[in-house]
Amino acid sequence: MKLPRRMDELIAPLALIGLTGLLGTTASASVQVYFINSLVYAAVVVALYVFVGSSGVVSFGHVSFVAVGAWTAGVLSVPTDQKPAIMSNLFPFLKHTTVGNVPSLLLAALVGGVYATAIGLPLMRLSGLAAGIATFAVLEITNNVLRYYDKVGPGVNTFSSVPETTGLLQATLATMVVVLAAFAYQRSRFGRLLRASREDAAAARSVGVSIFSQRLVAFGLSGALAGFAGGLYIHLLPLSTDSVYLELTFFTLAMLVVGGMTSLWGAVVGALAVTGLDSFLSEAENGIDVFGIHLDLPDGSTIIVVGALMALVLVVKPSGLTGGKEFSLGWLTRWRRRAA
Amino acid sequence: MLASVITVDWQTLADATGQGAVYALMAVGIGLVFGVMRLVNFAYGQIVMAGAFALALASGWNWPVWAGIGLCFAVAIGLSLGMEVAVFRPLRGQPPAVMLIATFAVAFLLQSIALLWFGSLGRIAASLSSLARPVSIGGVEIRKVSLVSIGIAAVCLLALSLLLNRTSVGLHMRAAAIDFQTARLLGVNADRVITSAVVLSGALAAVVSVMLTVSNPLVTSGFALYDTIVVLAGVVVGGMTRLLSATLGGFAIGFASGLLGGALPTNQSQYVPTFVFGLVIVVLLVRPEGLFAPRGSVDRV
Repeated sequence: MKLPRRMDELIAPLALIGLTGLLGTTASASVQVYFINSLVYAAVVVALYVFVGSSGVVSFGHVSFVAVGAWTAGVLSVPTDQKPAIMSNLFPFLKHTTVGNVPSLLLAALVGGVYATAIGLPLMRLSGLAAGIATFAVLEITNNVLRYYDKVGPGVNTFSSVPETTGLLQATLATMVVVLAAFAYQRSRFGRLLRASREDAAAARSVGVSIFSQRLVAFGLSGALAGFAGGLYIHLLPLSTDSVYLELTFFTLAMLVVGGMTSLWGAVVGALAVTGLDSFLSEAENGIDVFGIHLDLPDGSTIIVVGALMALVLVVKPSGLTGGKEFSLGWLTRWRRRAA
Repeated sequence: MLASVITVDWQTLADATGQGAVYALMAVGIGLVFGVMRLVNFAYGQIVMAGAFALALASGWNWPVWAGIGLCFAVAIGLSLGMEVAVFRPLRGQPPAVMLIATFAVAFLLQSIALLWFGSLGRIAASLSSLARPVSIGGVEIRKVSLVSIGIAAVCLLALSLLLNRTSVGLHMRAAAIDFQTARLLGVNADRVITSAVVLSGALAAVVSVMLTVSNPLVTSGFALYDTIVVLAGVVVGGMTRLLSATLGGFAIGFASGLLGGALPTNQSQYVPTFVFGLVIVVLLVRPEGLFAPRGSVDRV
């Protein structure tokens, strides 16, 4: 039996996430939230990457799986005695069921995965712009229903009273689990076949690859991971339907493209780089000292700087910060060989 | 549903047609740029928003209406051109996904700037509010703006079709939309064609700003965002490859939303987006190449 080759492709993203977690332990409680937030975003972006990166089809619908996961975990985690106060119209079986933290996350993943598979069954036959707009339609419908259908959640209100269990350790471990799943998928037969179809659909078909089934597998898996990430998100802070809608969609897609759409390394780097910058600037709005220089940015400048920088990266380097390539220590070996 | 269809009255029908007309113009604005650049401009709604803010500012300064509309045109066309030079031009030839997400970034950026500049409460553009009042035609009350929208859209579409079919720049644009490379080889000036398409689409955005502010005078940073999403869906549903099918798609989705909004009982009208986008999905599954496009132009998986 051979050891899997090129493990640096897995170790590098895991190490980066671990490092983020470690760095977070040194921060004060108020700053730590930024780190947890970054990690949860990384989980969402990696989930998105499993489908978008492998298939080359842009999906605007993944935040609906995040939303569905968040709603599942949230509605099952609010203590039973508080449910009538904030969600009076719930279905009876939801009203009387409350589960622990880890089961709620697993259920979020399950519901996200089932929802994505059900949607993927008809939608994965589409490609190109039609696929993009159809997934956008899924986002609109999911948002519209969750906002007004208060039998499954708080409706137009904010999802309050969900236990805030997504701490630094849990966020780090959970994001690592998502990265592991993404890595296992892309090294599997399924992941390779889908990538082959992304590069050359006709050639892949000619050797018997069903692009439809391969896309469906990826869509289902990435829906499950997105649902899981949604569970983490709702356990981090009280969400409303607006927090899992357009802005999150744009931000996570932009992070993926900024990092480099076609690699796991790119997904992790993009998410952590953009959220890191965002957090730093948000803190700077309150005034911070960096290396002895006092920095005090005007309120609201964060989103403008982040938006402008994202646009800039896309214009200057459309293949993303990592060029869409996995992390590699190959250059090290080559350099050593040359030196010898 | 069936019972509610019967309750459709003339006013709803006129409003729906008016909304269809406005969306048709937006569809043309998006389709023109798509035709020559193969770029789906998501930030089109923010051009409309900027035009609407121009109108609001002008009405705040008590400018006469024509000056406000002039400012609106200047802002929309200027922004459209600025976007082309700063973002679209460097991205020419990139994969469509990258270009689309770049336009997201631009949209998001413009929205944030508007939010910072004008605050979350927005501004009021009230100078044309007299158009929102109803007028009585044969005993039926119809809002003037619906009639005006239909009229203006008809005039704009007519002028545009004359421009595309009767002038050399129009010929160049049509040629570029069919095959950009070949058109260039045959001596079509690429920058000139793209610039004209961008200017035209900016001017259409200004027209849309004027019409949208009449029915919704409160201009906030999210102005026209939802409309853009609906129109984009409509354009793809109609068929992106031809300007005519894109326009029809825009009209159809505007008309359908207007009709559903007016016909559904109030306890269901909050679900209009669900109905509209559900319809979008169904149509895309049945005719992915577009409802009004020639058959067989898009491959399926």
